[in-house]
Amino acid sequence: MRPIIEVNNLAKQYQIGAVRPPYQTLRESFLNAVRIPFQRRSNGSRARKETIWALKDVTFQVNPGEAVGIIGRNGAGKSTLLKILSQITEPTHGTARIYGRVGSLLEVGTGFHPELTGRENTFLNGAILGMKRAEIARKFDEIVAFSEVEKFIDTPVKWYSSGMYLRLAFSVAAHFEPEILIVDEVLAVGDARFQSKCLNKMRDVGMKGRAVLFVSHSISAITRLCPRTICLEEGRVVDDGPSSQIVSSYMSVGLGTKPERTWQHADTAPGDDVVRLSAVRVRSEDGGVMAAYDIRKPVRLEMEYEVLEPGHILVPIYHVFNEEGVHVFPARESDPMWDGRIRPVGRYATTAWIPGNFLAEGTFLVSAAISTMNPVIIHFHEHQAVAFQVVDSTEGDSARGDYGGPLPGVVRPKLRWTTDELGKSSLPLIVEAGQFTR
Amino acid sequence: MTNMNASTAEIAAPELKTRSYVSIEASRGWRLFSIGELWAHRELLYFLTLRDLKVRYKQTAFGIAWVIVQPVLMTIIFTVFLGMLARVPSNGLPYAIFVYSGLLPWMFFSSAVLGCTVSLTGNANLITKVYFPRVLMPAANVAGRFFDFSIAFSILLALITYYRVVKDYPISMSWKLALLPLVVILLLLLTLGMGMLVSCVNVKYRDVGVAIPVLLQLWMFVSPIIYPLNLVPGNWRMLYSLNPIVGVIQGFRAALFNEPFPAFALAVTVVFTLALLLLAALIFRRTEKTFADNV
Repeated sequence: MRPIIEVNNLAKQYQIGAVRPPYQTLRESFLNAVRIPFQRRSNGSRARKETIWALKDVTFQVNPGEAVGIIGRNGAGKSTLLKILSQITEPTHGTARIYGRVGSLLEVGTGFHPELTGRENTFLNGAILGMKRAEIARKFDEIVAFSEVEKFIDTPVKWYSSGMYLRLAFSVAAHFEPEILIVDEVLAVGDARFQSKCLNKMRDVGMKGRAVLFVSHSISAITRLCPRTICLEEGRVVDDGPSSQIVSSYMSVGLGTKPERTWQHADTAPGDDVVRLSAVRVRSEDGGVMAAYDIRKPVRLEMEYEVLEPGHILVPIYHVFNEEGVHVFPARESDPMWDGRIRPVGRYATTAWIPGNFLAEGTFLVSAAISTMNPVIIHFHEHQAVAFQVVDSTEGDSARGDYGGPLPGVVRPKLRWTTDELGKSSLPLIVEAGQFTR
Repeated sequence: MTNMNASTAEIAAPELKTRSYVSIEASRGWRLFSIGELWAHRELLYFLTLRDLKVRYKQTAFGIAWVIVQPVLMTIIFTVFLGMLARVPSNGLPYAIFVYSGLLPWMFFSSAVLGCTVSLTGNANLITKVYFPRVLMPAANVAGRFFDFSIAFSILLALITYYRVVKDYPISMSWKLALLPLVVILLLLLTLGMGMLVSCVNVKYRDVGVAIPVLLQLWMFVSPIIYPLNLVPGNWRMLYSLNPIVGVIQGFRAALFNEPFPAFALAVTVVFTLALLLLAALIFRRTEKTFADNV
């Protein structure tokens, strides 16, 4: 298969003059022209302008049908990359080849004019994006239906609510059907329901053999939409691969909390004279320490510790929090083998298995503790010892099914569902409903 | 469909019909416009022009009538003060017709050039967010003003008819009328070249936006709009005709009213226009790539 996007050593340099205004006046240019030769003579060098490389040696390829997420911190070069690929600005050097029509949604509603009606703006915006008039006319009804502003389509958009405005704008863009769709953070529009509608629409684009480039700070949106992610850092591609992998390394760098933590020295390790912690890890089913886990697979929480004093009944405990700080659950050891049994001096590793299809997608922080009961003595409680990520791809067999939008909730169990057919008569249902409301 | 992952999607991918591609790289040197690209965006020119027109006259009580109000009011003022009181000669035409036929091309030129200065800077949100041939912005502005020009032209026809039929004024017209479209095309190209130039220079040097209104006012008085060309002393007329507007306005009147064509002035205008178009296109293309960074 031949790539639909080929990017080779793309680089973009910006000048960052200290107090240079965004535009020059003629007078300044004349003055500079006069001044610079003199400066050259006096300093021996031209007044140097400070420059930064917003992008440097960026190389990657995208195949038809691929949806690629682009993440990176602010200033990593994401927007510059998208601007170059959508031909808004030129690279300083390097090349990019794009085989097909590019639709860039760097901001929804570009070119919407407040004085024009929804209908007029639909045609104008469509033309700006690159659609032919006939094409817009053909899709017009569909666009309006998708945007849910039918009633106001002949009203100037300045009377629209911001939600209506954005819905119509996205709707036009979503129906553009380019071979390559470039999207930057536009999904922060509208309510949750419309957002998920947009995400599904974008997913459809990816599935029709086209390519999607998606820049977002919403990591869960990226893992849902894009099987592959490119991570930029200071203008360079630092990672390129399967989203779950990239996203987790990005996350662990971002939060500073890793899926594994070990304490080498006894004096820094959490604990007391009875027991001392030496490591906490998050492991997959088959033992690998990873930062991100498939929502369908179990996750193992492991703590390694050394019992220093004999004669104690010790209870290992985990607390799991999500990124909003919600205490998802505490868990204490419930292994019949160790229940009420004194743990002899020695080294141990205690593992708790979190089942697959249980936690929702997102980041989870784990606290590890060991206590003695009756009386309660906490030997150590290491807060936010480790972190991990649960990713929910849209492959269809997790609890989200094939729904691509954001889902609320801290857990996402896959429940057993049953539906019984109760025959054609509606009578029993009415009786039941009556009982219910009474 | 639910289990469709990247690999199955690849199989389902339609083989792109053409392997034509957009190549993105740093441009070097001077280049001109790609006609193919402009042609591909012709509908956008139409919509941008439509937008300019609709926006300009939406929520105005007189609406499109403003196109006529402005030149007509100016014609009345000039006719009263210059034609009737100061008795400025008008080549044997009714002064109203004389001045209107000068104001018509001039107002098209000046309003279009004025509009073009801000056509890029005023649409920064578009330029920094989406790609299209940037030259469409000044071009749409010129096209919109040309629409105004066409409407206002109908008033000229009405005026001529009025004077010929009602006042029985001998306004001579001839085969030269057939050359009018050529003069109008020349005017259009001159305006487009000027518009392109000021629009792209204004992106980097905002002085242009301030200077242009002043320059246009001065320019009007060194052009044969409110007075006839033959008011200029003969030995100065060559120098005077170096003003490229002279050829267009005199040519416009010559075609309409069976006057001799000002050969020298027209030649100056043609040469100037072609040089201007080339220069403006080169500068526009050269600066175009930094619009998004400067606008």
